[in-house]
Amino acid sequence: MAKRRIAFYLMTVPALLLFFTFHTFPAIQGIFYAFTNWDGFSESYDFVGFKNFVNIFKDENVINSYVFTFKYAIVVTILINVLSLLIALGLNAKIKFKNFFRGVYFLPNILSVLIVGFIFNYLFSNVFTIWGAKLGSEFLSQNILGNADWAWIGIVIVAVWQGIAFNTILYLAGLQTIPRDLYEASNLDGAGKFREFISITFPLLASFFTINMVLAMKSGLMVFDQIIALTGGGPGRSTQSIALLIYTGGFQGGEFAYQSANAVIYFIVIIVISALQLKFLQKREMDM
Amino acid sequence: MMRKATNWTITVLIALGSLLILFPLYMTISIALKNPEEMALSIFSLPTGLHFENFRNAIEATNFFNALKNSMVITISSVVFILLTNSMVAYAIARNMKDKFFKVLYFYFISAMFIPFQIIMLPVVKVTTDFHMNNIVGLIILYVVYGLAFNIFVYVGYIRSIPIELEEAATMDGASTWGTYWKIIFPLLAPISATIGILSCLSTWNDFMLPLILLGDQNSYTLPLVQYVFQGQFGTDFNLAFASYLLALTPMVIVYLFAQKWIIGGITQGAIKS
Repeated sequence: MAKRRIAFYLMTVPALLLFFTFHTFPAIQGIFYAFTNWDGFSESYDFVGFKNFVNIFKDENVINSYVFTFKYAIVVTILINVLSLLIALGLNAKIKFKNFFRGVYFLPNILSVLIVGFIFNYLFSNVFTIWGAKLGSEFLSQNILGNADWAWIGIVIVAVWQGIAFNTILYLAGLQTIPRDLYEASNLDGAGKFREFISITFPLLASFFTINMVLAMKSGLMVFDQIIALTGGGPGRSTQSIALLIYTGGFQGGEFAYQSANAVIYFIVIIVISALQLKFLQKREMDM
Repeated sequence: MMRKATNWTITVLIALGSLLILFPLYMTISIALKNPEEMALSIFSLPTGLHFENFRNAIEATNFFNALKNSMVITISSVVFILLTNSMVAYAIARNMKDKFFKVLYFYFISAMFIPFQIIMLPVVKVTTDFHMNNIVGLIILYVVYGLAFNIFVYVGYIRSIPIELEEAATMDGASTWGTYWKIIFPLLAPISATIGILSCLSTWNDFMLPLILLGDQNSYTLPLVQYVFQGQFGTDFNLAFASYLLALTPMVIVYLFAQKWIIGGITQGAIKS
């Protein structure tokens, strides 16, 4: 029995040590530096208490990045979930070439987010503008990514184009768990398609809805690759996400400690939002 | 039950929607095959000349085969080590959940799922540099270690549904804990390992941020990273840039064409089970 125990420890302890070294320890270090004024390369630094945290709440760039990131994440989450649910319902219906279409809709998921971003960057500047000009709209004939007020919509479009794929597959998996005879019963009762969706399909998809909302929101709040490829945070700082701000400020701006404080706040925000989302959505699951 | 007829309205809607997915990909292929003169005539038309020299130039400019090799080494090693090690850690945890140490360990690992990478992003570069790990080997280690959080969550759930009697019988026959794990449990994990393998493969292959902050030497750059680094060099030569993008996307698309059913099936399976 002792031998068994030793084996189980040998299976886990190396992983524990590695995980601590490369995950927990850096996280603790990040929190530690948040209370200093280290720029990332000097030999020495001083403790400054909560000064970084106080300054962050007064920093217009930080506030802007939070406003942009939240606006973006909420819109992307809603659009992805509505559209991928519709597509999943369509793919689950009696249609021709089902497997082919399923393959097409999932395709964006296997592509690099960064490269897709570069491709769309070109489409926004050189292709969509041609359509805009043909429509005779001055607004649509300009590159949306070059417009400080609307560039974020361009990023939303790319994120939705790519993000739908994974959520569609999850909804499709959920739809396949719903027993056929439930629909037959509702058909006999003369329920319409819409009624069927409201009272059978959607409630039975509740757990898939929860997981899809949480996943989409989380990746929305972490947005980075798309922004690097599409706008680099611009025009001005209009599309600078929190992740991008931490990256540029921390690595290039000599703000290692300051951006560490920003990351700590960001971490707390993500935890609170995930917890709230889970609590709210799971309560809804129970109610249904 | 009567066989329902094909719903043509939905078929048409789904087909129209799929055009929105395919259009950017059509543009990518067609721009990659054109030259600037053809682009000037019409951006949308099919390429007439098939300018394969774009690809030759892109391969030279970005040292494509080197980046391809790096991406393949990183992805394949990470996936293999993830499947071998993460499942083993999960097995030890799943079979000892009554023990306080393993229970704490379980929550320790899975709670990391909620920690955004940005909080460790700045310090981890320092740590890996101190260990001289800002290279391909370091990157693979980080992927395997960071995989633990999510993979342990999934594996533990799955292992707990496997009846313990099998292992008890093996132990009676004198099999060691390691032997039981490799000979009995690991093969039984095949379906969920497939799901985890597919997800890890896609996320590692397409990852941009970790290679960006970690890899110092240009010879160790991955395919996405190379596209980023050579943006300046592509300049306004969009045909060259698109040839390069297409080359970078193609390996995974080829894998997908052959293993599509398997990939989607694996993810569907994972979604239903967990």
